[in-house]
Amino acid sequence: MKNLSIGNLLRRPEAGAFLGLVTVVVFFLIFGGLSFLKPAGIASWLNVAANIGIIAIPVGLLMIAGELDISIGSMIPAGSMIVAIMSGHYDLPMWISVIAVLGFGAVVGAINGFLVVRTAVPSLIVTLGTLFAVAGLVLGLSVLITGTTSVAIKAPAFYKAIFGQFIGGTYQVLILWWIAFAAIYIFFVHFSKYGNWIFAIGGDRESARNAGIPTTKVTITLFMLSASSAAFVGMCQALLFNSAQVSAGMSYIFNVIISVVVGGVLLTGGFGSVIGIIFGTITLAVVTQGIYFTSFDRNWSSLIIGVMLLLAVLMNNTFRQMALNYSPKKK
Amino acid sequence: MTTPVLELQSVDKSFGPIDVLNQISLSVNKGEVLCLLGDNGAGKSTLIKTLAGVHKPTRGKILMDGQEMSFDRPRDAQEKGIATVHQFGGTFPLMSIGRSFFVGVEPTKGWGPFKIFDRQSANEIAVKAVRDFGITRIDNGDRLIGGLSGGERQSLAIARAVHFGARVLILDEPTAALGVKQAGHVLRIVNEAKKRGLAVIFITHQVMHAMAVGDHFAVLIRGAIAADFRKGDKSREEITDLMAGGETMADLEAQLEI
Repeated sequence: MKNLSIGNLLRRPEAGAFLGLVTVVVFFLIFGGLSFLKPAGIASWLNVAANIGIIAIPVGLLMIAGELDISIGSMIPAGSMIVAIMSGHYDLPMWISVIAVLGFGAVVGAINGFLVVRTAVPSLIVTLGTLFAVAGLVLGLSVLITGTTSVAIKAPAFYKAIFGQFIGGTYQVLILWWIAFAAIYIFFVHFSKYGNWIFAIGGDRESARNAGIPTTKVTITLFMLSASSAAFVGMCQALLFNSAQVSAGMSYIFNVIISVVVGGVLLTGGFGSVIGIIFGTITLAVVTQGIYFTSFDRNWSSLIIGVMLLLAVLMNNTFRQMALNYSPKKK
Repeated sequence: MTTPVLELQSVDKSFGPIDVLNQISLSVNKGEVLCLLGDNGAGKSTLIKTLAGVHKPTRGKILMDGQEMSFDRPRDAQEKGIATVHQFGGTFPLMSIGRSFFVGVEPTKGWGPFKIFDRQSANEIAVKAVRDFGITRIDNGDRLIGGLSGGERQSLAIARAVHFGARVLILDEPTAALGVKQAGHVLRIVNEAKKRGLAVIFITHQVMHAMAVGDHFAVLIRGAIAADFRKGDKSREEITDLMAGGETMADLEAQLEI
C-alpha cells in the first residue's frame, strides 16, 4: 500500500471488523478491568477464537464465493468421533485416523460442492441436508460400534503435542494452527491469483465462467476446505479433552457465521477479506468470554452478540458504500 | 471482394419443435459495424448466443475468414476472437478496476508457488486500455467497478475484450439502460473499435444509436431477416416501421387513438 490514509483504511473490507473489535475491547476494559488482557485472560478468548477461526476462514471464503456451508456443525463431532473410534476404540495407528478424518471432510465437502454446482439447490439447503445426514450417520455408527455416544481416546505423546496440548498449561496448540492456516489463506486469497477467482465467482458467477475461471472446481475445493477444517478442529478437540462426544458443534454454525459477517464479508458474496474474518472471530470470542470478567450475568452475552452483529452489518454496509462511491480527488 | 471476418450462411436454430431462427445469412467485415435491429422476441439473443458458441445452429454454417467453424462451447468462440459484451457483463461491481480487468488471466510476478498478483501493472494496463478509448475519467485502477457509471462500465468491458485480442465484438444492447450522454460514450468507443479494424456486431432496438455508428443494418423479425441494407439506404422512420413488423408508426398511432 503506497498511500496509507484513514480514508483508504476505512474503505477496506475489514474496517468495520477492526472498529468493532476495538469497541468491544474498550467496553470490557471499562466494565471488566485489565484482567482479560492478562495471559490467563487472553488464553480464555484466544482458545475460543482459534477453534472458531480455523473453520471461519474457509466458510468466509465460501461466502465470498456466494455460498454457505452449515454442515460444519456436524463435521466437528464427526472429526472427533472418527479419531476416537479408530484410535481410541480400535487402537489403530494415529496417522491412519488423521488421514481418515481429513479424508471424510474432503468427501463430505466434495458432495456438498458437487450438489451445489450440479443442481440449482441453494447451498444453505444442500448443507442443511448434509448437516443432518452426517449427524445421524455419526450418532448411528457410534452407538452401533461402541454402544455409547461418548468415546475416550488416549493419544500418543507426539500427536497429543501437535494437535491437542495446552502450551504453558493454558494456550491450546490449535492457536498455532490457526495462525499458520491464516497466513496460508492470506497469501492465497489476497496475493496469489486464486483469490481473484473467488471474488469474481462471488461477484458474478456467469461472467467469471466466461472469463475462463474454473468455477466448478473452485467451488468444490472451497467446500472441501471448509468441511475438512471443521473435521480437523473436531479431531483436535478430541485429542485435547481425551474424549469425543456425538453432540458437540451445533453452536459453531452460528458462531462461525457471526464471525464471518462481523468480519465484513458480504452475505451475498463478492466482498470480504481474511484479515476481516480474523478480526470478526476475535471480536466474537472476546464478547463470549469477556462477559466472565465483568460483574454482569453471563446470560447477557447473547444480547451483546445480537446487537453487535446488527451494528457490524450496518457499519460494514456503510463502509462498503464508501468504497463504492470513492473516487480520487482531482490533482 | 474481401472475405468477411464472420459470416452466417442460412443458419436455422430450433429448440425442439419451435423454430427460433430461420434462414439467417449475415456477414460482417473488418472495420465495419453491423447493426442488428429487432423488437423484443425477434430472436436477437438466440442469434448472439449462436455466434458466441452457447448454441449450435440446427442447420447452416458459421464461417470465420472463409473457414467453417463449429463452436462446442463459449470458450471456443472466445479463443477464435469472438467476444460478447453483455450489459454490465464481464465486470464485477465489488472488485477493483485492475482486478476485474484481469479476471482469469491475472498477471503475476515472483517465483514458483509464491507467484503474487501483480496489482500495480494490472492497474496500469487496465487504466491505460480504457483511457486509450477516450474514457479519461478513469485514472485509478484501485477504484471499485460499482462506483463507475453504466457507460464507463460498458466501456471498460469493451476495452477489456479488445485488449485480449477480440476480432469480432458482439455488443448486446450496450446502450439500452444508459442516458443520452452515457450512450454517447459507448457509441464513441464502438467507433474507436471499428477504427482499430474490429468487426462489430451491435445489437440494439434504438434506431438512433444504430444510425450513429452502423455501416450495415439487418432487421430481424420473428427469427428471419426482414431487411438487409447499407448505411443511407433507408430513413429512420422506415427502419422503425420495419422493426414494428411492417406496421407503420402511423397505423399504431391510429389504433391508440380509439
